[in-house]
Amino acid sequence: MVDATQTATAPLDPVAAPVRSEGYWRSVWRRLRRDKVAMTAGGVLLFILSLAVFAPWIAPQDPLHGTMLMRLRPIGTEGHILGTDELGRDMLSRLIWGGRLSLLMGVTPVIFAFFIGSAIGITAGYAGGIVNTLIMRTVDVFYAFPSVLLAVALSGALGAGLGNALLSLTVVFIPPIARVAESVTTRLRSSDFIEAARASGASALTIVRVHVLGNVLGPIFVYATSLIAVSMILASGLSFLGLGVRPPNPEWGLMLNTLRTAIYVQPWVAALPGMMIFAVSISFNLLSDGLRSAMEVRA
Amino acid sequence: MSPPDTSRADSARPLNGAGEALLTVRGLKKYFPIRGGILNRAVKRVHAVDDVDLEVMRGETLGVVGESGCGKSTTARLLMELIEPDEGELIFDGCKVGSRELPLKEYRRQVQMVFQDSYSSLNPRLTIEDSIAFGAQVHGTPKREALARTHDLLARVGLDPARFAGRYPHELSGGQRQRVNIARALALRPRVIILDEAVSALDKSVEAQVLNLLTDLKAEFGLTYVFISHDLNVVRFVSDRVLVMYLGKVVELGEAERVYTHPQHPYTAALLSSMPSMDPDHRTEEPPLAGDPPNPIDPPTGCRFHTRCPSIRPFCATREPPLADVERDHAVACHARVPASGYHDDAAAVPDPEKITA
Ligand SMILES: Nc1ncnc2c1ncn2[C@@H]1O[C@H](COP(=O)(O)OP(=O)(O)OP(=O)(O)O)[C@@H](O)[C@H]1O
Ligand SMILES: [Mg+2]
Repeated sequence: MVDATQTATAPLDPVAAPVRSEGYWRSVWRRLRRDKVAMTAGGVLLFILSLAVFAPWIAPQDPLHGTMLMRLRPIGTEGHILGTDELGRDMLSRLIWGGRLSLLMGVTPVIFAFFIGSAIGITAGYAGGIVNTLIMRTVDVFYAFPSVLLAVALSGALGAGLGNALLSLTVVFIPPIARVAESVTTRLRSSDFIEAARASGASALTIVRVHVLGNVLGPIFVYATSLIAVSMILASGLSFLGLGVRPPNPEWGLMLNTLRTAIYVQPWVAALPGMMIFAVSISFNLLSDGLRSAMEVRA
Repeated sequence: MSPPDTSRADSARPLNGAGEALLTVRGLKKYFPIRGGILNRAVKRVHAVDDVDLEVMRGETLGVVGESGCGKSTTARLLMELIEPDEGELIFDGCKVGSRELPLKEYRRQVQMVFQDSYSSLNPRLTIEDSIAFGAQVHGTPKREALARTHDLLARVGLDPARFAGRYPHELSGGQRQRVNIARALALRPRVIILDEAVSALDKSVEAQVLNLLTDLKAEFGLTYVFISHDLNVVRFVSDRVLVMYLGKVVELGEAERVYTHPQHPYTAALLSSMPSMDPDHRTEEPPLAGDPPNPIDPPTGCRFHTRCPSIRPFCATREPPLADVERDHAVACHARVPASGYHDDAAAVPDPEKITA
């Protein structure tokens, strides 16, 4: 059977099938592929992600149990290639398992905030006028708080725990995303092709679906990817304060917290979770940078 | 003594005896608020379009000319109902636009627009065929049929559908894109097309091609054009009648050749004399328009042109001239052209219309 969308777009005249040009996203991907930095960053992220996903099969040891006899061993110890933590647990295994929670806390709030913030911002931007003012002033109230403070205050108020930490991080990221969404939509709204669409009698919803989304979601998405790094750092911070993930679960921010007392004993081991956070955040930033320039080019 | 308000009555009746009015505009007004101050209140208003009456006759091309910022595009956007007028009404084919007999959506099927910037008037993320088919789909045509018609239209505007239908706007030249925009305007089978500087961004040879295409399409589909341009030569070439705007007001309206050869308003005369002529014998000594047009935020009182007019009377600064017929199918808003205005009472300096034309 033929694909439904295929038949729908097929021209009636079978002889003169129109030559389809390379679509926008294909050309973005073609340009992104040529960007070595972005591709390396993407590779690093893919590697860390697969470590986290396949943790049960990859991690050499149990991340939750260790022996006190083996505590705080240096990097290169036999059987513990990256040393052990303050309770004698294998660092390599904990780092691999820790990727699960850390990535989850970095990515999930941004995904939720991307959808909610885009919806808010696009609505405000396309509606304009008083609706815009009402929505955006409300958003600004939240935006006025420093993100760290807001995240800590919210999770403090909601109570410690993974779910609450994710919720408060989502709330933290909605205002900045909504602001970006609003500004790109407002800029787009006055374009002639939107006017032309209005002139053809289309409803606001149809115009947003056909003409607005395709043009604004890209830039908003790029901005959102750059927030993943921030989200990871904030999530680590929440765990560090005891508001996010709770021990003995491995999470990079939490590991950094508990190991800080060992910084003079085993500085390299204590620095490992921080290095993971750093690697992932910088990779996300480099990738979103590459994505942005790949999307900006107008062939 | 105030002048009799003849403007309404005059323009309500067809100026062109040949046709009947397809689109009638009465008392159209749009003031743009300029916000400022602490409360972001409207502190001032741009008088972009100020009490414009006009009629577009069935089957004609109505040219609209005037300096930059005089309100041509705003008029076009008001005619399309893309912006809300502060005052005034549109009557299309005997029905009030937005009424029960003619809802806005139905009106928009009848009147379409082509914009100046061929690039920004096409969605960069959609293929040409999707852009053109969009309008028909909005009005309930199934996609298959809309695309089939799109391919016919592309062929009609001179673009091979097999080569162009699946392309994106950036892969086309300016002239090709403007053909696409014309095809899109035609897709809803409208009766009126508003062309706002539709050929101004094209280079001369392409412009001529597109103008010829427009002329052909007009005959083929029985279209009516409102042709806005700052290029006086092009307007003369395409128009049956010409409307001259100055600071949001209609100052002259008449049969094109007549307006070009015998302009009645000193502004029209000045505008025409500033027009580059190909023929060196026809270069005039007429002073071109002095200075920039006044600010539309605080337009001059009385006749808006009095600050730049070569031959004014004191009352020109206080009394606004109505748009009144000076001859058949030729209306002008100037005290000097109305015998009863009192302009000719006080002695000398009556500018000879023939001399202004030069
Ligand atoms: N959205 C707006 N808000 C405020 N002022 C506006 C707006 N649109 C137009 N104006 C003002 O209204 C006046 C008329 O503008 P308009 O675009 O209609 O001029 P125009 O005759 O088309 O000029 P041009 O030949 O340069 O295209 C100008 O002074 C312009 O600055
Ligand atoms: Mg304009």
